[in-house]
Amino acid sequence: MVVGLNHYLVLSAVLFCIGLYGVLAKRNVVVILMCIEIMLNAVNIALVAFSRFVVPLFLTGQIFAIFVIVVAAAEAAVGIAIIITIYRRRESVDVDKFDLMKW
Amino acid sequence: MSEIIFWLLAIVSVGAALAVVILRDVFRAALSLVLLFLTIAVLYITLYADFLAVVQILIYVGAISILIIVAVMLTRDVWRGSPSGKLRIPALVVSLLLLGTMVFTVVSTNWETNTEPPLQPTTAAIGTSLFSQNGYIVPVEISAVLLLAAILGAIVLMREKE
Repeated sequence: MVVGLNHYLVLSAVLFCIGLYGVLAKRNVVVILMCIEIMLNAVNIALVAFSRFVVPLFLTGQIFAIFVIVVAAAEAAVGIAIIITIYRRRESVDVDKFDLMKW
Repeated sequence: MSEIIFWLLAIVSVGAALAVVILRDVFRAALSLVLLFLTIAVLYITLYADFLAVVQILIYVGAISILIIVAVMLTRDVWRGSPSGKLRIPALVVSLLLLGTMVFTVVSTNWETNTEPPLQPTTAAIGTSLFSQNGYIVPVEISAVLLLAAILGAIVLMREKE
């Protein structure tokens, strides 16, 4: 069986759902950040697979993946700064205790 | 040959992602996240995206995983492990439902695939289309501003208040 577009898309969907489960279920905020990175990587796999199998001569999907990587880097930097600031104030990385903005 | 490589990569990447979610030790979860990033770089090579594979190794394996490991080490003394919250069962149901929907959609859609051979060295083509005038020059400039804002925001957030 030749590996085609469907294989890569299903792999990307599996990775995305694992990341989604981690974001929703985990309590440690650093692990939640890791799971967001898993989801972004899964989306990148889907973009590159579409670029390879649907428009092999245009690199649109790969360029979109580059922009996703840029935004993911910015998100990781700001996210970790926020995590460490909250950790300094509250001595905790438990999202159940981060209820400052809850009404 | 390429099938064997794909299935190997698929098994390793899904296993590493599951390890990130399941492992109790946060540091080991971060290390398996590094393994996941590496397997995704090799997946890009199997998709003929050579430039993107190098970018993946440089940025994800080189920079983002180091950031995450530093964050784990700075916050490690309060907590051993990463327990699941109260929403474990609903989260499992939601992600399995989404997985089922996406797999059904992918399998039942008739994708218009193109059998032409892919562009082989992609670096020059990516550079041309990123920086050419009718290409993606405006998003490139905007992402430069975004990175500057992110750096300034991180510095302002981390500054010690007296």
